[in-house]
Amino acid sequence: MDETRAPSREPVDVINQYTGEKWYYSDIVKDHFFNPRNLLLTDPGEGEFNASGIVGSPACGDVMHIWMKIDPGTERVKDLKWRTFGCGSAIAATSMFSVMVTEDGGRTLDESRNIKPQQIMERLGGLPNRKIHCSVLVDKAFHKAANDYFRKANKYDKIVVEGAKVIDAATQTTDKDIEEAVLEGAVDLDSVQKKLKVGIGNPGVVPEVEQLIRFYKEKYYG
Amino acid sequence: MNQKPKRDVYMDYAGATPVDLQVKLAMESYLGDKFGNPSALYRAGRMAKDAVDAARKTIAAILHSQESEIIFTAGSTEADNLAIFGVIHALKSMLTAPSNAWGKGHVIISAIEHHVVLNSVAALKKEGIELSLAPVDKEGIIALDELESLIRPDTILISAMYANNEIGTIQPLAEIAKMIRKVREERKKENNPLPIYFHSDGAQAAGALDLDVQKLGVDLFVISSSKIYGPKGVAALYIRRGTRIAPIYFGGGQEGNLRSGTENVPAIVGFAKALEIAESVKEKENARLIQLRDYFIARLTKEVPKTILNGHAQNRLPSNVNVTILDIEGEAAVLYLDARGISISTGSACTSTTLDPSHVILALARPYEHAHGSLRFSLGRSTTKADIDYVMEVLPQVVLRLRQISPVNMEVDQESISHPEAFAGQSAKVKVGGKTYK
Repeated sequence: MDETRAPSREPVDVINQYTGEKWYYSDIVKDHFFNPRNLLLTDPGEGEFNASGIVGSPACGDVMHIWMKIDPGTERVKDLKWRTFGCGSAIAATSMFSVMVTEDGGRTLDESRNIKPQQIMERLGGLPNRKIHCSVLVDKAFHKAANDYFRKANKYDKIVVEGAKVIDAATQTTDKDIEEAVLEGAVDLDSVQKKLKVGIGNPGVVPEVEQLIRFYKEKYYG
Repeated sequence: MNQKPKRDVYMDYAGATPVDLQVKLAMESYLGDKFGNPSALYRAGRMAKDAVDAARKTIAAILHSQESEIIFTAGSTEADNLAIFGVIHALKSMLTAPSNAWGKGHVIISAIEHHVVLNSVAALKKEGIELSLAPVDKEGIIALDELESLIRPDTILISAMYANNEIGTIQPLAEIAKMIRKVREERKKENNPLPIYFHSDGAQAAGALDLDVQKLGVDLFVISSSKIYGPKGVAALYIRRGTRIAPIYFGGGQEGNLRSGTENVPAIVGFAKALEIAESVKEKENARLIQLRDYFIARLTKEVPKTILNGHAQNRLPSNVNVTILDIEGEAAVLYLDARGISISTGSACTSTTLDPSHVILALARPYEHAHGSLRFSLGRSTTKADIDYVMEVLPQVVLRLRQISPVNMEVDQESISHPEAFAGQSAKVKVGGKTYK
């Protein structure tokens, strides 16, 4: 049946919101996706790294593992290697992040901790909003690895624990839950409530929930 | 990876099919000079009406139904919504009557329904209707005794798809219909006046399976044009005579007052032509595709380590191959394959708008990593053995590369998640396997 030949190939027609490019991912994203930098290809040897962190996304099952070599004197990131069970965005964002923290002799852990997901997006030439969720995994893994380093170095005062604060006692919803919901694409009260049922039986907390949604929306989607 | 692919292999026919040339030709005059509104009385209108009537006749004959039982809609999403909401709304007064002591209304759907059914019934919950999910077995077939045990005196609708869109498994509709007939007999004896209807989405089945609604025993049945080499945006809803159904939106009263709006004449004509062709080539095409499918599955499971077939090996659509390749993530695999000219789809969370992994793979009682790495290859009329051989040349390289990137290393029979420590300290619930998935 020749008349039903497969359709001709055209790039996926999703327009990049930053560049207007008619491809799902920018050229930089594609470059990092197809040629990831700083990938850990063989299992780490003894003493090769002095910090590591592994995190997962409960929403979709991604896993991110990073290993770092930190200079104890300067606390600069001399090396950062990674592996991920994640999608195109996770691969590209992690690759870019690994470049950002190690370039020009390496950033200090404090400087690196201040890198915002938005800055990785900018260096990548943008990602579709829906995919930002997948790309903050490296950020979380890095924070965990940095804490790992400070713990091993007995610098407990430098450990940053992101505490969860209960916003709605009735549903035991914390600010972290709301952050995750926003990352999963629930960016208004209705969709957050659909996921978390927060504030439904307790309307008094709704203004605070709405404020948090606005805060995380701003943080991740700009 | 940026060089031009050696070959273009489209293997997403379950997602969309190209329009058959004969279908295009049949549609052409209705896009041109025969543009009249079927509701008009003058000649151009009558010609359009004749075309819609002829299309309805063709489709009714293939479904073994009466013409008056076929309603055209703008796609299968609309048809399924009309079937589900139409029936529930028509029964509303009965359910809310003070004399009704049987319950406030209950709907059962299979756990592997398409999102159109899942989300429609989820919306019904807001209208006070209760919902149960009928589980499937590990091979993706509805467990009949479990379904039977879910039926209550106020169950008014059971919805089970004919063939699943992700894993292609074929559901035992005739047996479910038999079960429903038994329930009707019992209700008669008990003087329970509530009807119980059987709805089935047959969008994936058309062109491959027997569409005789008498044999299937369905009361509401949906087939779509866009999956059978017809134009997009048109579908048919079969409504068995006597089924109580109300319109879900309102206008000029077309399609038996159930689907107002000017009929999409060219699309309807094309749809009927596409179904006619699909029926005529079905037997030959099925035999050809089954051979290709089984060859493909055999090579995949043999040549790609840690590959698991999703869904029953034989009781599945001739066109469907769905596998989980452990330790690799589906979206990344799709993009790497796309760069090599191969178009397929995945049940990975990262490609869905909700960022949830495939509910179908999870319903097979698998850890979520299986859903995350599931790949669907759906074959079609232009698929050849050479296409499959090309995929088998490229895929093992892609898998090798993505396994290099991956920190996950699962065993084939592993039922637990791979890195529980990765989730430590996170407050959100971790979804593990089909059984505990909410």
